[in-house]
Amino acid sequence: MSSQAAIEVRALRVVRGGAEVLHEIDLVVPQGEITGLLGPSGCGKSTLMRAIVGVQIVQGGTVTVLGAPAGSPPLRSHVGYVTQAPSVYLDLSVEENLRYFATIVRAGPERVAEVMAAVDIEELAGRTAGSLSGGQVARVSLATALLNEPPVLVLDEPTVGLDPVLRRDFWATFRSLAEAGTTLLVSSHVMDEADRCDRLLLMRDGHILATGTPAELRKDTGADDLDGAFLTLVERAEAKR
Amino acid sequence: MTATATLATTGRVLRQLRRDPRTVALLLVVPCVLEILLKYVLDGQPETFDRIGGPLLGLFPFITMFLVTSITMLRERTTGTLERLMAMPIAKLDLLLGYGLAFGVVAAVQAALTTTVAFGLLDLSSTGSRADVFVFAIANAVLGMSLGLFVSAFANTEFQAVQFLPAAVFPQLLLCGLLVPRDQMADVLDAAASVLPLTYAYEGLQRVTAGPGFDGTAARDLAIVLAVTALALGLGATTLRRRTD
Repeated sequence: MSSQAAIEVRALRVVRGGAEVLHEIDLVVPQGEITGLLGPSGCGKSTLMRAIVGVQIVQGGTVTVLGAPAGSPPLRSHVGYVTQAPSVYLDLSVEENLRYFATIVRAGPERVAEVMAAVDIEELAGRTAGSLSGGQVARVSLATALLNEPPVLVLDEPTVGLDPVLRRDFWATFRSLAEAGTTLLVSSHVMDEADRCDRLLLMRDGHILATGTPAELRKDTGADDLDGAFLTLVERAEAKR
Repeated sequence: MTATATLATTGRVLRQLRRDPRTVALLLVVPCVLEILLKYVLDGQPETFDRIGGPLLGLFPFITMFLVTSITMLRERTTGTLERLMAMPIAKLDLLLGYGLAFGVVAAVQAALTTTVAFGLLDLSSTGSRADVFVFAIANAVLGMSLGLFVSAFANTEFQAVQFLPAAVFPQLLLCGLLVPRDQMADVLDAAASVLPLTYAYEGLQRVTAGPGFDGTAARDLAIVLAVTALALGLGATTLRRRTD
């Protein structure tokens, strides 16, 4: 049923500030699907994503992306990463930001206009990033990651704080990327985004609680919605302890 | 490493500077104003102005460049753009050289302005040619820039970065020979001065403005300053981490 794995994590351990924040995590992200990484804020989602992108110091385990160790030089052109806080140069215009990053990722100059169209920010091209609203900067940050059409996209809470219309548009963009073969790993702390994913990884306190399609998780827990499913899974995990 | 990535970074940093006219003005105007101030503070002692006015042409830009570059690089880190770049196919040296070139351009403009003011407006006399003074003024600014880029790796906040100025620059200013000639210092201090880069930056400038001119010692000083600049950029690249905690 599941296709080939794009991301494979085995026994991943990460310690930050003296405390272990990821405890022997195992997971697989299949290719060409949207995988949602869901869990409350502070559960280790961002750290896990940083490890997958290869910018996190890890204490143990392996992270393999497209068959290569995470963070290895060839992967830097194949994995797009959007951090939780939009990371663009606030004193440059939208277009200047995109042109600079396009040169760095060796994307053709025509891609700048294409990604601006993809996230609907063409009319903001000349505006300084610092003068944009939070949702607009989030779109610029996403556009940056799309420049070289990477086969794997890691997006850390890309829709947080966005208005519902923009959120819907973002998810439509993610869907069309997945249909074109891109693997997406998208984190969120709001459960109502779960149904837009093909597959879910539910995370809590540095552990993966459960994996499966939204329908499977509902069926497995007997809950009507994913909030309920999450609660049931937390209770089960605590009963086991 | 690629020239495209380096030059793209240079262009990007210069564009960012252009969006911040106040910083550009401060970078270019402050050293000139300080030099003018010095001239009138030493109004009654023209020979003192000729003795230290020349070396300070390089020392003022050294300080401003140190501060500006350490903060700029730190800002790259705290806004998350460094993390984004480190996940992209760019060599660490591309980034630092890109910065180095951009601020090198600013240093050249700054040196041209300050030397013009000093010679044209303030009648500074120098034993060496103006071109020599200009070259040393740029070398001083570029040295400050590379040291600033290097130490910014050790600062986590703007507060810390600013504190590196008194920590890393002031001891060098005290020991470089500007306040007291090195041969009148205690041996320990003289030995300490001999391993600090600003000592050579100062000595070179001193020789081409008030000393014997561009001689072998000045040439050696210039070579040391440029070598330390290259070393600081190289070390800066090794202290940039792709993976962080």
